[in-house]
Amino acid sequence: MAAVTYSKASRVYAKGAVPAVDTLDLGIKDGEFMVLVGPSGSGKTTALRMLAGLEPVDAGRVEIGGADVSGTPPKDRDIAMVFQNYALYPGKTVAENMGFALKMQRVPKPERDRRVREAARLLDLDESMLDRKPKQLSGGQRQRVAMGRAIVREPKVFLMDEPLSNLDAKLRVHTRGQIAELQRRLGITTVYVTHDQVEAMTMGHRVAVLSGGRLQQCGTPRELYDNPVNQFVAGFIGSPAMNLRTAPLADGGALLPGTVIPLPPGLPSGLSEVVVGIRPEHLRLTTKDNPGIPNGSSRLLSGHVILVEELGADALLHVRLDGDSGGDSGGVPGERGGDPVVARAEGRRPPSPGEKVTLSVDPADVLAFHPGTGARIAA
Amino acid sequence: MTAIAPVDNSNTVPAVPTKSTSGKAVARKTGLTLGAWIVGLIVFLPIGWMVITAFKPESAAETWPPRFTFSPTLSEFTIVFSGMGPYITNSAIATIGSTILVLVLGLPAAYALSVRPVKRWRDGLFFFISTKMLPVVAAIGPLYILVLRTGLLDSIWALIILYAAMNLPLAIWMLRSFMLEVPSETLEAARLDGAGRIREITEVIMPVVSPGLVSTALICVIFAWNELFLALNLTVTKAATMPMFLISSVPQEGLYIAHLSAAATVASVPVIIVGWIAQRSLVRGLSMGAIK
Repeated sequence: MAAVTYSKASRVYAKGAVPAVDTLDLGIKDGEFMVLVGPSGSGKTTALRMLAGLEPVDAGRVEIGGADVSGTPPKDRDIAMVFQNYALYPGKTVAENMGFALKMQRVPKPERDRRVREAARLLDLDESMLDRKPKQLSGGQRQRVAMGRAIVREPKVFLMDEPLSNLDAKLRVHTRGQIAELQRRLGITTVYVTHDQVEAMTMGHRVAVLSGGRLQQCGTPRELYDNPVNQFVAGFIGSPAMNLRTAPLADGGALLPGTVIPLPPGLPSGLSEVVVGIRPEHLRLTTKDNPGIPNGSSRLLSGHVILVEELGADALLHVRLDGDSGGDSGGVPGERGGDPVVARAEGRRPPSPGEKVTLSVDPADVLAFHPGTGARIAA
Repeated sequence: MTAIAPVDNSNTVPAVPTKSTSGKAVARKTGLTLGAWIVGLIVFLPIGWMVITAFKPESAAETWPPRFTFSPTLSEFTIVFSGMGPYITNSAIATIGSTILVLVLGLPAAYALSVRPVKRWRDGLFFFISTKMLPVVAAIGPLYILVLRTGLLDSIWALIILYAAMNLPLAIWMLRSFMLEVPSETLEAARLDGAGRIREITEVIMPVVSPGLVSTALICVIFAWNELFLALNLTVTKAATMPMFLISSVPQEGLYIAHLSAAATVASVPVIIVGWIAQRSLVRGLSMGAIK
């Protein structure tokens, strides 16, 4: 068990190329479940491989338990990794796969067997499965063997590289919970890489969002959701994604079709427009019974529903605001004013497509971002 | 609406076109099967004729029209067996010896060109295959002098070394393509688990590669067993191989066809057995690089 520290760590694949990981500063506490999340090419896997010793650290340091391991070979780092495709040894049985690292450490056979069996029990792997070859296992079972191979080593740090991406949706959700629970029980520092922000939000104690090789923000899932530091994090975290659109500035507020949303006073001067971000659940559907102006400060946006996505408990309304041109800007949110906004509505009786609706929004729920840098403009 | 229309169409009028296409498919399949059988028979016919002739007495072997009724005899085989002893021993030694040499040299080479590629591995790979571009005939002069000066003329060692050199490029290419099948993540997992280079090879790579190793060895065996040109030019009697024995059975006057057939049949048997064992992995080994 140990803390992990990235200290200005960089990885540059080729001379003169853009760094895959750019001066990463990240501290992971002892026993913490840290998720690295980002789109492909964000450098999250490279960062993990640097910690594993599978990629060199070109600049800066990587520390495990306070010791600089930047030049230490993988086997001496006391870490265990779970790979995306599990990377089981095809010629070995499940038990041999799980015990291989111990065999390499010259742990005596009885001790090895004991630890393998213990790990198997922890993972609900049937005793009879220990003698099978990986080929004879289902995807879910292979995934558990890969987990088991990491557990038997009792390492300082677990590294997991998208370990759930080869499972089907239902099993993924189930295993997600199992891994988080297991980590809590074992209390071993874990670094988990995923591109799936739902996985990141549900599993991590803290989540580090990466993009373009740079750390965007690191915080608890709640912090990331409520207080994104920039437009990237705001758009990446949350499903459905935050509504982001560029709006022109008009006397102290952002001009949306039909209304002006007041903005925090700290606006940098010289801006003619800002990017406003509104979470779908903050666009509330107003009805006759619920006019949606509880405190008088709410602003109203009217439009018509063009699509309803029923999710059961709730429904997502795609609403084209009045005054917006009908032309679709090609699905890039926030790029132009014409995109429909998404609102989360109660699932029982959602409006039907074509219906006119009015949405209310509390200006306190509206985030503003710098249109050039993407940085959050906060009060 | 336009997007939905084609789906509706296929739902309502499926029966007739489906039936006719399946009928066509059956006809096509039958035709292909028939064609394959015909080609197969054409290829097999001379071989079959050779085997039949081997069982004929010499008097019945070469007649016109060919005779299908004869009293089969093993007399030609008896003669062949009595004479071929040293030849078959030489062939076995040259074949097995060169194949072992190929594997001993080829495995590290393939490793260095795939799992942990050396600098300029592409050039290395091309160099190996480029050695197969020069016709052996063009090299036989220098080779002869080399073998003569080293005192290896008519020695089985000359054949072992040359057969190994002859098969090495192909073997390296095949072994390399098998080694590329080992997922890089599995190798990384082994490194994390603390396996050194030796363990990596014995515990992780070999189990994946071993079927490929077998098929590579078998193909080397076939090529070495059948080789004639080098044996003909570099051996006389002491190190002469089976193909040499066959040549010595070729009658100048066009007689002794039954004897030749018997010798050829005996010489073919090991290759046929090996080829039959190897056929599945052989196809895989040779086509693997093509798919990637």
